[in-house]
Amino acid sequence: MTTPTLLPEGEPQAGGLRHGRPKYLEVRDLSVSFDGFLAVDNVNLNVMQGDLRFLIGPNGAGKTTVIDAITGLVPASGSVNHTGTEILGRKVHQIARLGVGRTFQTASVFENLSVLQNLDIAAGSGRGPLKMLRRRTSVEPAVEEALEIIGLEGAADKQAGILAHGQKQWLEIGMLLVQNSDVLLLDEPIAGMSQDERSETGELLRRIAASRITLVIEHDMDFVREYATSVSVLAAGKVLSEGSVAQVQADPKVQDVYLGTSGTSGTEGH
Amino acid sequence: MKSLLHGRMGTAAGFTLGAVLLLGVAPAVLPAFNLALLGKFLCFAIVAVGIGLAWGRGGMLTLGQGVFFGLGAYIMAMHMKLADASLFGGSGVPDFMSLYGSGEVPGWWEPFRSPAVTLLAVVLVPGLVALVLGLAIFKRRVKGAYFAILSQALAAAFAVFLIGQQATTGGSNGLNGFRSFFGFDLKDPNNKLMLYMIAAIVLLLSLAAARQLMHSRLGELLVAVRDQEERVRFLGYDPATVKTVIYVVAAVLAGIAGALFVPLVGIISPADVGVIPSIAFLIGVAIGGRATLLGPVLGAVGVAAAQSSLSSTFPSFWVYFQGLLFVLVIGFMPGGLASLPALVRRRRRTPSAAATHEAAVEPAAAGAAAPSPAAPDPVSPTPAAPDPEARRKATTSEEVSR
Repeated sequence: MTTPTLLPEGEPQAGGLRHGRPKYLEVRDLSVSFDGFLAVDNVNLNVMQGDLRFLIGPNGAGKTTVIDAITGLVPASGSVNHTGTEILGRKVHQIARLGVGRTFQTASVFENLSVLQNLDIAAGSGRGPLKMLRRRTSVEPAVEEALEIIGLEGAADKQAGILAHGQKQWLEIGMLLVQNSDVLLLDEPIAGMSQDERSETGELLRRIAASRITLVIEHDMDFVREYATSVSVLAAGKVLSEGSVAQVQADPKVQDVYLGTSGTSGTEGH
Repeated sequence: MKSLLHGRMGTAAGFTLGAVLLLGVAPAVLPAFNLALLGKFLCFAIVAVGIGLAWGRGGMLTLGQGVFFGLGAYIMAMHMKLADASLFGGSGVPDFMSLYGSGEVPGWWEPFRSPAVTLLAVVLVPGLVALVLGLAIFKRRVKGAYFAILSQALAAAFAVFLIGQQATTGGSNGLNGFRSFFGFDLKDPNNKLMLYMIAAIVLLLSLAAARQLMHSRLGELLVAVRDQEERVRFLGYDPATVKTVIYVVAAVLAGIAGALFVPLVGIISPADVGVIPSIAFLIGVAIGGRATLLGPVLGAVGVAAAQSSLSSTFPSFWVYFQGLLFVLVIGFMPGGLASLPALVRRRRRTPSAAATHEAAVEPAAAGAAAPSPAAPDPVSPTPAAPDPEARRKATTSEEVSR
């Protein structure tokens, strides 16, 4: 099952890799304003390679906007540094080519194309014109490996539009893998999934996060407790607290935000 | 025939069949007049191949292909005018210039005296114009209706410009009265046959090229860009580049078609390149099935043939008929006539309830975005929305701040 290129051995851990020179994503003073409203207010985040970081917070806290800003979708001020390269201010496709990949809350795969075609497109942003003008004759090794990792080997020729909801999310994660992203920004990957699909997704995250910089937006606190190696709490556009799940849950400021606004506490479910 | 066209052997067979019909049967069966007419339709079909790529596969509603058609046509017409003037008049000045202008050939006409320059320009000028336009439009993320309006405005402006230049472009009369084509006498029936053959061969070649493009990686990426342009950016592609490439291909095809139209029909005027002909190009494509390879070709030839036969019998009736056809196809068969077999198949399968769900999705590949049948998530699927988080169910009062 283990494969050399996409899935090195290892488990994610708090603080990330302890050896070598780990890659990192450093967000400094990130601010996004919509017509004068500060959706993201001087956010600082530091995620290391090998850390499975969850970004949690009440609705409207600005979690998705943080990811939108990092990936160049909305203009922002501040700095986002990916292992020595400033990525803020670049175009969306340039940021993607620098190894920053994301998924969307609602899985957005190319529904009229097959699973294989979806992955092949994701793997190919570096292809030259001649290769683009030729047919896809073979399955690239990375694509084959990703199919296996996301458990869709049997569905390679299926149209992506008819996949089950969970499978679409996995396909998106597979697209990130073949895209060669070392920064994975996942926006509620388990929303709308069944319990089985959730635990499969959790295991998948664990396997791929060991060698990557991973930031996951999630609402489900049970899921966060089970899989997060570290957590950042965002509320009203600001980072409220950061640390392990236990540390964050013990933080009075966090309790205040969750308990003070709604009775659902941290475990609001779906 | 549709099932024949599957697989590599099927493709070769289909292509051969098309070649036999166009190059063998049609010239043998049709009288000279009808063959020339078919040649004209084939020019429209070449334009349609390009529109099928750009619109059907790429989602670019090219409402201004008349511009590129006109560029190719006028370049060819200028060359033929100059060649005629040298061959038959001796003066080297086209007849209409002595009538309406100073009797001198303007400087920008001169390069087209050379046959080689003309042939190159027929391809390069529409291609370059489309390249510059495409980059300017798509890099700025102009798309959808705005792109359509812009390209249509361009066609209108082009026609107005041509009409205004009576002395150098023939104004609303256009350029006509050609007598020779690269030294061949246009009155000779054999040369007319040759012109038809060239048009048929060019059509077959452009179909082969379009097929290769559709099945290439670029073709797959193009469909991805059509369906989810913003998503493609997050995979590291600039959709503007993909769209520009296809726009240029469509423009070059239109330019070549225009250049073939001139010797076949014997006239090019602003009425052949403005808004109305630009829309007419599109109607055939829509009716035939824009996302398929053969749909646009058959649609373009069919509509043009219907127009020429019906408009001679009921001159005022055709326009209404054309409009009605367009409305019916867009309203009830967005995939065009090419989607008819799939529709019929779906009808037939309906009794076997289990299979319907899958079957209903498959044919949608040809048409617009397929519905996502299995998604229990009610959230709208646009990834580009700046703040989808706000749309989640309201569980906290902070929601209000958005």
